[in-house]
Amino acid sequence: MTSETRWALIFLLPWIVGFVVFTAGPMVASLVMSFTDYNVIQEADFVGLENYERLLADRRVKGSLENTAIYALLHVPGVIILSLGLAMMLLRVGRASGFFRTAFYMPSITPTVAVGALFLVILSGNGLFNQGLSLIGIDGPNWLTDPPWVKPGLVIMSLWSLGSTVVIYFAALRNVPLELYEAARMDGANAWQQFRNITLPFISGAIFFTLIVNTIASLQIFAEVFTMFFGATQSGAGQSSALFYVIYLYQKAFSDLEFGYASAMAWLLFVIILIITAIQIRASRRFVYYEGSR
Amino acid sequence: MTVQPGGSGVPMAPPTIRAAGMSVARTDPKGLRGRIASVFYLLALAAATFIFVFPFVWLISASLKTRSTVYNNQLFADPLQFQNYMRIFEIAPVASWLFNSVIVALAAAATVTLSSALVAFAFAYFRFPYRNAIFGLVLASMMLPGAVLMIPQFLIWDELGQINSLVPLWAGNLFGSAFYIFLLRQFFLGLPRELFEAARVDGASYPRMWWSIAMPLTRAALIVVFIFELKASWTDLLKPLIYLRDTALFTLPRGLQSLVDRFNPTAGGQGDFQYVMAASVIITVPMVVVFFLAQRYFVEGIATTGSKG
Repeated sequence: MTSETRWALIFLLPWIVGFVVFTAGPMVASLVMSFTDYNVIQEADFVGLENYERLLADRRVKGSLENTAIYALLHVPGVIILSLGLAMMLLRVGRASGFFRTAFYMPSITPTVAVGALFLVILSGNGLFNQGLSLIGIDGPNWLTDPPWVKPGLVIMSLWSLGSTVVIYFAALRNVPLELYEAARMDGANAWQQFRNITLPFISGAIFFTLIVNTIASLQIFAEVFTMFFGATQSGAGQSSALFYVIYLYQKAFSDLEFGYASAMAWLLFVIILIITAIQIRASRRFVYYEGSR
Repeated sequence: MTVQPGGSGVPMAPPTIRAAGMSVARTDPKGLRGRIASVFYLLALAAATFIFVFPFVWLISASLKTRSTVYNNQLFADPLQFQNYMRIFEIAPVASWLFNSVIVALAAAATVTLSSALVAFAFAYFRFPYRNAIFGLVLASMMLPGAVLMIPQFLIWDELGQINSLVPLWAGNLFGSAFYIFLLRQFFLGLPRELFEAARVDGASYPRMWWSIAMPLTRAALIVVFIFELKASWTDLLKPLIYLRDTALFTLPRGLQSLVDRFNPTAGGQGDFQYVMAASVIITVPMVVVFFLAQRYFVEGIATTGSKG
């Protein structure tokens, strides 16, 4: 072993130890556990595929997967479209953009539990949000207890924290070469054509990145919703509409102590995330444009 | 990635010309159409700003209300109950929660910055067998959802007798974090290699090259990692839920959760929700302060991870 390799090993040591003890080891343990009925109290028995069979028949698994899918399908496009709109407007106001960007980013640094607590009041039947809606003549539902409105309410809450996506798009938009727009204008391209053929290709990398990151995060939404609906004193109303997959997984693991079953749930989530990400990466080959040989 | 408008390498042009898709004559950037459009965008952004900022104003207002007025939607609390902020420290060990949160967040941020920088330097500078394959493993580990590792990690800390202790909330950071390793490696790769070769000729050891050359030159990136982790740790609810039992050991998010459980009337609590609002202000203010002190780094960090990720 050369001296350089030896030193590399020493520098890598924290990661190697962490990877073996806190990632690879637990990964194997989790997989093995998912084939047992381990519940802390009793010895683990090997039960084969039983947990996975139970998973497929568990109505709460099905319900929480549906809830999570609906939330992700509303949240991800919502974040991307709104952030892009805000970022494009930021680009047009010169030096004032710094101030606005700060304002948009502020909610993202607010601790999620505080966000949940705040929106428990804002989204209630007589809350601030419905008061705002009444100004434009809309009689809003109770976003916390009216089952069909619970997820839209949570999506509205999530859109409040879209600041980091705005920052990413703003940075990407600033890198689009201006000469291209001038050339396009001389060729008579209209605003939409310029957006479609210059802006969009140049920021497609950033859009792709935020698509993947926001999708993965939304599939694992936990804290705000846990605070609002699933604390020690549980509110029945709205709960089944707000039961997201990771919340159910947490309950199975640490309320019911069904470690075997919860491990199987975790692996199902992993597989779902892998499949969705793979699809997104494949699809991106068609629309993501990379400048030069990046 | 520069933050100040016009500070980047992009040729600077008047904002109206920068605007994509606006037909403004190049010779007359302040033309009537351009000016009207600018005013329109400013108004639209101001409206959006109002929507984003108003909940904060409203939160502060609600934190100063009484039990009977907290849900009344009035912007100005009347009467103003400043004593809510005193009471909150009496009805729950908020001072301990604050202290625990500070300790955990600082420990988490400091350990993850140092360990990730050490590992990132190895990937950026050293040549060793299977380097790319191992780095691929680092990247792949980012894909793994936390839920897969949650239970086995709990069992490890249980085995080590660390349940109901603050240690599991930060000690995992001693081993670096894949995302930060990836980020810092990018920055280390940007340093000119000759710098290190010169230091080697002068007899500097590898640890010295890391600590005295690489680290100071990537100060900005290290600050980005530090404040990102500070924020992540300060806001985390899941780990405190899993590991902490005694109320006095809670961090602020876990403590705030216990207050929501206690006072949320729609879930059968006692209905003094102004205390929850006051505690929400207390947990948010330190992050706002950190954000304004380190705003440049927050923005740079996000913009960089987004465009390079």
